[in-house]
Amino acid sequence: MTSRLRIDDGPLPALMGLAGIAALLLLIEGLISVGLLNPFIVPKPSQVIGSFYRVVVEENVLERFVLTIKECLFAVALVTIVGVSIGVLLHRVSLLRQATETWVAAFASAPVVLMYPLFLVMFGRSALTIVMMGFAAGLPPVILKTIEGLSSTRRVLLAVGQSFKLTPRQMFWKIQLPSSLPAIFVGLKLGLIFALINIVGVEFLINFGGLGQLINDLAERYDLPGTYAAISFVVVVSVGFFMIAERAERWLIR
Amino acid sequence: MADTLGAPSRAATRAAGVLGPVTMVRIAIVAAIVLIWEAAAASGLFYRDVVPSVVAVARALVRVLADASFYWHLSVTMLEIAAALAIGGTAGLVIGIALGGSRLLSKAIEPYLYYLGPTPKIIFFPVLIMLFGIGPGSKVAMGAISCFFPIVLSVAAAMRQIPLVLIRVGQSFRAGPWDMALKVYIPAMRHPIINGFRLGLGIALIGTLLAETKMSNRGIGHLIIQAYALFDMPRMYAMLIILFAFAIGANSLLARAGKADGTMG
Repeated sequence: MTSRLRIDDGPLPALMGLAGIAALLLLIEGLISVGLLNPFIVPKPSQVIGSFYRVVVEENVLERFVLTIKECLFAVALVTIVGVSIGVLLHRVSLLRQATETWVAAFASAPVVLMYPLFLVMFGRSALTIVMMGFAAGLPPVILKTIEGLSSTRRVLLAVGQSFKLTPRQMFWKIQLPSSLPAIFVGLKLGLIFALINIVGVEFLINFGGLGQLINDLAERYDLPGTYAAISFVVVVSVGFFMIAERAERWLIR
Repeated sequence: MADTLGAPSRAATRAAGVLGPVTMVRIAIVAAIVLIWEAAAASGLFYRDVVPSVVAVARALVRVLADASFYWHLSVTMLEIAAALAIGGTAGLVIGIALGGSRLLSKAIEPYLYYLGPTPKIIFFPVLIMLFGIGPGSKVAMGAISCFFPIVLSVAAAMRQIPLVLIRVGQSFRAGPWDMALKVYIPAMRHPIINGFRLGLGIALIGTLLAETKMSNRGIGHLIIQAYALFDMPRMYAMLIILFAFAIGANSLLARAGKADGTMG
């Protein structure tokens, strides 16, 4: 039992995971080499790895990456301003909150990304469409988490504020908002993730913008190793982005 | 029975025009949106038909619902989503049980699944077209990949929460892996499984429909993008309304299934 615990807790699981991925890539390489997999459908992993440098240098990956991140940051800035403001408004006006909170929750689970043709019509095939799609996707969690954070301010903190005879404005800025920041940051993290997913997805779908468009471009040119390399690049960027967001959230909540 | 007796009195209250303040606010919000929309449509500020009048959208909605070919496209999309959920859900269930049952496997593989889960799956679509063609196969694959992640993660998490006593009872009866899965694991974690499938359904729907909008000649996604390409805005708005109603309806049906099971269990 003790030895099993040691195996589970040591570096073995992580090494096993990496070894599993390496074995899978080697298997695919082997299957393509012996002709069991069609190289015109699945390129060799060695070719994909080899085309990384070409894709990065020739396809301006860094510029595209910066563009996608910029779109994402614009969307999140909008989400922060609008989402937190709506959250505060709904928290303050109880009747409005009762009337609309379920709508916001329904909107959070609605397939917002499918509205991209509508956004295309309204904002044209431009970066604004992409930013607005990110904004629409990231808005509901920020509203809901802001309401949750403001509603869960501890009574003792409010009582302290009252004992200092704080005005409602001071109560909000000095007690309610600071105490609700952890919840708001959770909402912002979710909003950031939803915005990024939608932004890359819409870039791909409308063939405009940064990393999403790169995949579409390479696929349309039938550059298979390049397409796979670009997809891997986007996956790495997304995973890195989520890991950073998670660490930042933990650091802020600490 | 109580409901049946209560119904006339509620109806009478409504008929008397006594609506709660929350309902009044909701009606006011909807009315304000419709009025602003109509004003925008009549203002001529927007390019032709970008904001069509509510009446035009309602007419288009009736036309779409009266069109027999719409139901054929709807059935194609529904079959694609059902196949995607069956494939992605079964794979998620089996792999989730394996991951939840083994700490070693879970620590080796689950972090990859956890971080791959929120990546935009639509970027894999060019690969799926290569593998499965431009027909329904690639849409089913897109939906299956999309719904696999939430299902596998919720099943793996649920497996770890099964009371140990249930597993020991199964083992004491010398149940094999198949019997353990069917008679112990799955019944013990039916609520998280239903929730996982609910999440998976929503995501499979998005994946399948997005794939249809990107490249297809059938399905609701194809109809939406066709309306966009022909600049038939009332029809496009009507399609989006139907699509959202369909998505929210399917989601609430599964939510009710989960609740009904919860009350019985």
